[in-house]
Amino acid sequence: MAMLEIRNLHVKIENREILKGLNLKVNAGEVHSIMGPNGSGKSTLAQVLARRESYLVTEGEVLLDGKDLLAMKPEDAACEGVFMAFQYPIEIAGISNAYFLRAALNAVRKYHGRKEMDAMDFLPFYKGKMKLLEVDESFMTRSVNEGFSGGEKKRNEILQMALLEPKLAILDETDSGLDIDALRIVANGVNAMRSPDRATIVITHYQRLLDYIVPDFVHVLVDGRIVKSGGKELALTLEEQGYVGVETEARALAVAV
Amino acid sequence: MEGRTVSTTIQQLPSYLEAFLQLQKQSPVHRQESWFRAVRESAFTSFCQLGFPTIHDEDWRFTSVVPIAQATFHLPEYDSDGVTEDDISAYRLEGLAAQLVFVNGQYVPRLSRLPVEHKGLRVSSLAEAMLKDRETVEPYLSRYADYSKEAFTALNTAFFKDGAFVFLPRSLALQEPIYLLHLNTGSATPRMAHPRNLIVAGENSQATILEDYVSLGAGVSFSNVVTEIVAGEQAVLHHYRIEREGTDVFHVSTLCIQQERSATVNSHSVLTGGALVRSNIQPVLAGEGGNCLINGLFISNGRQHLDNYMKVEHRSAHCGSHQFYNGILDGESRGVFHGRILVCEGAQQTDSKQINRNLLLSDTVQMDTKPQLEIFADDVKCTHSATIGQIDEEALFYLRTRGLNEAAAKGLLLFAFASECLERMNLGLIRNYMAKIIMRALPQAKQSEVL
Repeated sequence: MAMLEIRNLHVKIENREILKGLNLKVNAGEVHSIMGPNGSGKSTLAQVLARRESYLVTEGEVLLDGKDLLAMKPEDAACEGVFMAFQYPIEIAGISNAYFLRAALNAVRKYHGRKEMDAMDFLPFYKGKMKLLEVDESFMTRSVNEGFSGGEKKRNEILQMALLEPKLAILDETDSGLDIDALRIVANGVNAMRSPDRATIVITHYQRLLDYIVPDFVHVLVDGRIVKSGGKELALTLEEQGYVGVETEARALAVAV
Repeated sequence: MEGRTVSTTIQQLPSYLEAFLQLQKQSPVHRQESWFRAVRESAFTSFCQLGFPTIHDEDWRFTSVVPIAQATFHLPEYDSDGVTEDDISAYRLEGLAAQLVFVNGQYVPRLSRLPVEHKGLRVSSLAEAMLKDRETVEPYLSRYADYSKEAFTALNTAFFKDGAFVFLPRSLALQEPIYLLHLNTGSATPRMAHPRNLIVAGENSQATILEDYVSLGAGVSFSNVVTEIVAGEQAVLHHYRIEREGTDVFHVSTLCIQQERSATVNSHSVLTGGALVRSNIQPVLAGEGGNCLINGLFISNGRQHLDNYMKVEHRSAHCGSHQFYNGILDGESRGVFHGRILVCEGAQQTDSKQINRNLLLSDTVQMDTKPQLEIFADDVKCTHSATIGQIDEEALFYLRTRGLNEAAAKGLLLFAFASECLERMNLGLIRNYMAKIIMRALPQAKQSEVL
């Protein structure tokens, strides 16, 4: 059984259909990249998987290890192991990263009937992950994303992911706005988490991130559907030729259907 | 007083007059401190002339004091004996320099803890200081809180029995905080108390002072507090104020701060209690290079009305003032923020910033916010901003995607919002104490407690 199975997913936002019958299977241990032009529905897919309730699913189903993901609240999906790294992480003044992350970690542990972590155990764990993401220890006491640079925010997302150890990680344009150095750090963090029982979906517009996080599969999303799938070499083709070619193909396909 | 035009807004004038005459006969303070008698009489006259403010008065536009004006309040008897050590055990803190305890405006020596002797340091009852230490008190008392223009200050000046007197000698840096605990025992008949505090920080001195207003029993009452702070040259004063009386209490407080050259005063106030509350904070930056922080948080629920008024007067150049006020309103409560900044002619290089942020948790609350800048100098930096909104849905979603349920996520956001105020306080005993009080006033935030 695939870890994630998306069948014929249709999603509307404010009466406009964004996803128009999307199918995707992701197995544990795999890294899938979803590429596509702006407005094709990449971020919508990420948001639906993270359970944003204002996005209306009109058709189809999504199964996470056989469970109905679409019936879950965002917190339940998170506790079941779904993690989305936000394209635009939210700033929350007044709450330190350490406080927030321990609250989140303990919420997940509680959900699974595990013992909550006290500050004594949490700090060394947190510090270890900070080292991995090459993050300054001052992060702990700073408010969540408040006054962070673009790169710091993205690193903080991956840091949260490293702490929460999800089984399905979704990176929503994590590379946007990152310089090469920050990109490398973020990618190292993601790669360190690759494991046979974890799956990752990397959503990106550009191929560069995939030089660092090498995917097993690449899918091209155009106008709410996956129009082409292939190996990592597909990303290079797209980089060279742009999305025009696949868009034309997709249109031809739509007419033929 | 015959023949004077009495404002129609004091419907209960006869009862105030009776109380005033009675007080002059009874109180040891009123009998013996003859040097202050003329001030009291003049204040009472002033109160009669001014009358209670009405909503036609610009400074009182959003708050009607009709409930206070219409009620008859009696001065309390001396009844502190009922209050025991057990009653106040929750208000004892380790690591204080001193704790003065007042019951219905009356000093209670048996519950108070005085400081270890420091040369020149005085921490005592104000009434006692007025009798025994006139030369120290007289140059300051009632010199800054203007009873000729403000009715509540006039009322307090005429009627106060006691309060705290703190005098920091030159260059004394007191490490431990001084805690002034004002207890309201409540009673079957409406009662009033007029606590009066005087805090004088000598040149280059430093201290932390906490004023805490607490109810021990139920019953309609009226607390009318005036605190005068005089911060001498280069003095640094951290002043904390908590209003957490019962929801049947009318509470008006006026904090007048006089700052000499390069003095720094940080005022932090947390309002969670009271039925109708008005807090006036009025710093005067009299000397060059002074700095004033006015940091506040108010949390209202039910039918509470909490009004936060401040008037910052920049009288000299190179001074800074920062006002940060956060409000959390629930139920059918009403909140007011009115921040007046007055930059006088010649107060060049003034740096003033005002931010008021409000979080509305129900559809039936009302929040009025009003910045008011009056600038008569041409080389100044003054900014202000005000926001009123609900809990941020984006932030809520973000927290939920990390595993927190909706209630916990909301609690965390509320706590975060309140924490903005906490973070402006110095780390230590009082800040921790304040954090606990805030958490208690925000039961929703409890959900998020991970500590």
